Amino acid sequence: MSGLVKQKNASIPIVGFMLAQLSSSPVFAEQRPFNLGSVATSEQVAGWDIDVRPDGLGAPIGAGNAIDGEEVYNDRCASCHGDFGEAVDNWPALVGGEGTLSSHDPVKTTGSYWPYASTMYDYIYRAMPFGEAQSLTHNETYQIVAYLLNMNDIIDDDYELNHKNIGKIEMPNSAGFLMPDPRPDAQPISGNPCMNDCNVPTQIIGKARDIDVTPESES
Amino acid sequence: MTKKHDQSLSLSRRSLLGGATALGAASVLNSASAGEVNPDNLPPNVPEWTPYLGEGVDANPYGLPSEFESHVVRRNVEWLTASAESSVNFTPLHELDGIVTPNGLCFERHHGGVPEVNPTDFRLMINGLVDRQLIFTLDDLRRFPQTNRFYFLECAANGGMEWRGAQLNGCQYTFGMVHNVQYTGVRLSDICREVGVKPLAKWVLAEGGDSAGMTRSIPIEKILDDCMVAYAMNGEALRPEQGYPARLVVPGWEGNMWVKWLRRLEFGDMPYMAREETSKYTDLMKDGNARMFTWVMDAKSVVTSPCPEKAINNRGVQLLKGIAWSGRGKIKRVDVSLDAGRNWQTAELHGPVLEKSLARFTMPFEWNGEEMFIQSRAIDETGYIQPTIQALQAERGVNSIYHNNAIATWMVNKDGSVDNVRLG
Repeated sequence: MSGLVKQKNASIPIVGFMLAQLSSSPVFAEQRPFNLGSVATSEQVAGWDIDVRPDGLGAPIGAGNAIDGEEVYNDRCASCHGDFGEAVDNWPALVGGEGTLSSHDPVKTTGSYWPYASTMYDYIYRAMPFGEAQSLTHNETYQIVAYLLNMNDIIDDDYELNHKNIGKIEMPNSAGFLMPDPRPDAQPISGNPCMNDCNVPTQIIGKARDIDVTPESES
Repeated sequence: MTKKHDQSLSLSRRSLLGGATALGAASVLNSASAGEVNPDNLPPNVPEWTPYLGEGVDANPYGLPSEFESHVVRRNVEWLTASAESSVNFTPLHELDGIVTPNGLCFERHHGGVPEVNPTDFRLMINGLVDRQLIFTLDDLRRFPQTNRFYFLECAANGGMEWRGAQLNGCQYTFGMVHNVQYTGVRLSDICREVGVKPLAKWVLAEGGDSAGMTRSIPIEKILDDCMVAYAMNGEALRPEQGYPARLVVPGWEGNMWVKWLRRLEFGDMPYMAREETSKYTDLMKDGNARMFTWVMDAKSVVTSPCPEKAINNRGVQLLKGIAWSGRGKIKRVDVSLDAGRNWQTAELHGPVLEKSLARFTMPFEWNGEEMFIQSRAIDETGYIQPTIQALQAERGVNSIYHNNAIATWMVNKDGSVDNVRLG
């Protein structure tokens, strides 16, 4: 790309005509440079464009509340996530965990951690139930999200969640995320690494062998 | 002269090989080596594989490693995840040389298993803030101008089990969520020209066609800088578990963004805040806030031999081997310490040293039965220095899971065995 940008400023008149077609930036070219692919119809796009943004853009028409959601949740979700979202085995917990994020054992659930309700809709519809992707109806998905929001004390059980308000739900941890990335961090102040007689910790304070969680086949 | 094989002249090569296979399998169970030495195969004797014809060219249309290398495999840690379909396995870094990871040994991370995508029915849809919403077939992608680049791919959670202490006793389990292959494919910038990106487009949502519908938001600057849609790795079609028939390549950035089984790219004016960039792949700090959009993989290195899986077997001269990589560019230097980080020497860096690619280093050293604490420290071309775990913990705490690029310590015991240890 950079090569084309440089050529744009070239003053050779013969190639000037061709380069003009590249417009101000090759990315915003008026013409298709390769003439590859076929135009996607609106019907094709609608079938695959299933994402839902934090502002609600993309949310499909539909609605549901927690009262109706309980039955759908019990039927489609509870076998892995537990009757109360507490999780079964290694599957993720969906409810609880408030106040744990700075503790020794943080519990990251939709209630304690997830910053946007839209993400719940987007993810549940596209990927859940595990192994039955995109099998829920839109109304069922709104019902399940409403049920989880209600179990996390974010909305009342008769609150109708729908495509118009999914982007307006205030999540408890929405302010808990830091941007931009502050790295590189944890660097020596001098900018140069110590090479000799460095002052470093040398006591053995832990051995993986003693923890004994390494799979047997390796040892 | 002694001919050890005279009694077996009438036996077929196949039956001899069958016997050898059984022996080989048994010995692999006992140790990582190829088993006991058979003096009959050693000079001055004629080894058993010499007098007879070997297999012909039609025996293995797609070649496989020697049966004596059957222990060189990806391994997983079953207790880590709820199911094998949403799980991870690890590259056996300690068994590899050079910088290229063989395709069948590249670690896997899936969120909904490996889909069987029929290449004939593969489609890549581009929609959103573009002049032309287009759909490409695999054949279309192959007709674009081509680019061939080596890049490492590292999972952001590589080493994630080691934040609080030494937990898994192996180089494979603590560093093996990285691989390095040559990708062949299309520059995203070329695809952007074809669809015509609208000036308002600042983010691209990449979406997979797997059962997890994996999605990540990527800033347009990165898309235009060096991202690719790859359809080949190390010269052959992508492996199914690596995204066949096409995946995103996001050089130097965390592996989760390299969406496999790519089916759609949507251009928009804000990030999409998918599950994998909010609930996951955000780094929880000690104050309970979480860093978001921590995409770059900082410089890192590891000694791949000796290591917990590669004990020292003999006294005297040894060859230390390792790999280093940085998501910010080229590796400039790797230092090695044999005394827990008190004193360092610079290892030999082998070419080629490429941007955002693994680099190989070696260093000869002497071992005479003493305890030794081996560490390596990478420095990249930006001057970034691979940190200690203490420096990372002071900055971030121990709950971040992701982006642990700390220096590891391999302790060589007096018997030559090696342990993953934490110093403090």
